[in-house]
Amino acid sequence: MSRHSPVAFWTGFTLVLVLLIVAPLVLPEFWRRFVTEILIWGLLAMSSDILIGYTGMVSFGHSAFFGLGMYGAAAALLSVKPPSLWLAIVYGLVAAAGVAVFVAYFSTRLRDIYFSITTLIFSQIFYVIIFTWTEVTGGENGLSFRRPVLAIPGLFSMPFDSNTLHWFVLAVVTVSYLVLRRITQSPFGMVLQSIRENEPRTRAVGYAVEQYKIVAVMLSGLFAGLAGVLYAVHNRFAAPDYVFFLISGEVVIFNVMGGIGTLVGPLVGAAFFLLLREGFSRFFTEFYLIPVGVIFTAMVIFMPQGLLGFLRRRLNE
Amino acid sequence: MLLDQILIQTVNGIVTGMILALVASGLTLIFGIMDVVNFAHGELFMLGAYVGVITIVASGSFWLALVVATLVIALLGAVIQITTLRPLLGRDPLTTILATFGLSLVLQNYALWQFGPVARKIPEPFTGHFTLFYLDYPWYRLAIAGLSAAIIGALWLFLKFGTYGIWIRATTQDRVMAAAMGIPVPWVHTAVFAIGAGMAAASGVLFGPLVGVNHAMGLDWVLKAFIVVVVGGMGNLGGSIAASIFISLLEAYASLWVSPAQAVIVSFVALILTLLFRPTGLFVPTPK
Repeated sequence: MSRHSPVAFWTGFTLVLVLLIVAPLVLPEFWRRFVTEILIWGLLAMSSDILIGYTGMVSFGHSAFFGLGMYGAAAALLSVKPPSLWLAIVYGLVAAAGVAVFVAYFSTRLRDIYFSITTLIFSQIFYVIIFTWTEVTGGENGLSFRRPVLAIPGLFSMPFDSNTLHWFVLAVVTVSYLVLRRITQSPFGMVLQSIRENEPRTRAVGYAVEQYKIVAVMLSGLFAGLAGVLYAVHNRFAAPDYVFFLISGEVVIFNVMGGIGTLVGPLVGAAFFLLLREGFSRFFTEFYLIPVGVIFTAMVIFMPQGLLGFLRRRLNE
Repeated sequence: MLLDQILIQTVNGIVTGMILALVASGLTLIFGIMDVVNFAHGELFMLGAYVGVITIVASGSFWLALVVATLVIALLGAVIQITTLRPLLGRDPLTTILATFGLSLVLQNYALWQFGPVARKIPEPFTGHFTLFYLDYPWYRLAIAGLSAAIIGALWLFLKFGTYGIWIRATTQDRVMAAAMGIPVPWVHTAVFAIGAGMAAASGVLFGPLVGVNHAMGLDWVLKAFIVVVVGGMGNLGGSIAASIFISLLEAYASLWVSPAQAVIVSFVALILTLLFRPTGLFVPTPK
């Protein structure tokens, strides 16, 4: 394995981080919100990269974790007075973790496409429950609530404006990225990659493959739930549309477009997808998925490594 | 009274089960032979229904519409296979899910763009009723079940005895050996995808009169067909048919007590239980 100097990586990392920090100060309101959204979707995409890129399990059910994170946050913000941001995060993570335990336990018994189909069906189960349980979830209309304030009890308290919200999201996403990156480079992450490369051999060497997979799904679900909480706080609503499997499909698209197994790739993929959507919806209005779908299918065929695939080695050092 | 309802739901379940079997047998045929999980299958079903609507408006004949829709969508299937799936041959089966998912987005939004969000109606070809307990039950529903069974039966006979059917089965068993014996394997794949697509289109037209035809109708069906194909065992034609009827009956009975939207959960649960206890499908003896 050739070793590049990590200096290049950290220089790039710092550069991008600085750009993202100053972004809200120079961008107009619309694009400011746009960049914040990219970060949130990017976090969701990164969380599923743990499964798709590192463990080799293509999850088509990430909308369940994302959506439960949203509804968990909604529960905290609606039921506890005054609404607390930290409680919203805790509730969202607990909800996502609960779903993740359930999904992980059943779906990790299966491999390849069976895993994909099972996760897809699970996300639909939660969609149907949320969609039909109108008294609690608001059904089709979803739930809307006020945004909590950014506060540390006893220290300070300030309402979010679009700048501080952006920085808050950026901080959460950056920390999540560093944690995920650390995890993929840890012995645990190495076992996941070894499962991707050769599952029977990993088992033969003596690793409890099933347990590793369960932990991987749960980990991935937790970060997806975190993205859901951020999205709820950002947009002040929770809606069943975000539990629907099309969101899971979009997450897979982010991963494939950006390059799986790179963590940064999915974020870039999310940015690329949202930019395409923005660009094409000028000409195609709501039918932007026609050209985007064509581009995606072409990328699957001609560019399976994605946009950042060529950097895969460097990004994992 | 409850007994009557249960019997009516049994008939309903078998009727939807036969349509589902028609959709799922195309899906499982494609999977068994090409290792392709066709995410766009529901969209082929939906486009078939739309081609049916157009043909009926133009010609007035339901049966002509059924034939035209089948042929047009089979042709579309062949084009899709050649342009997007043939380059993926030999790659991870997961890439085919991704490619067909992209296609399904394109096709679904194309339908929305072309035909608009308002549901279209396919008139029933005949409108006779007979009395089933306290209900006027349309003959057409029974006719659908019969027609679906006939189409699936024809497929089975073709696979069992037709020359090209034997080519298809040979390709399933051993792709390389089949190629060595002079079978044009890439074209067998194209033909199989076209057959699967045509069957999806036929079921779309047959089912059209029972529900409105709209751009999102494929979504429910592809999910159900996935469940059926997993419960029946991927690539197992007989298993898919049995599983289709089993799942549809379950949902029909469940909808006696809960709303149809929630009855779907019953089939989800059936899937989970199957995966827990018989991961290769209910109707496959033992895993390899």
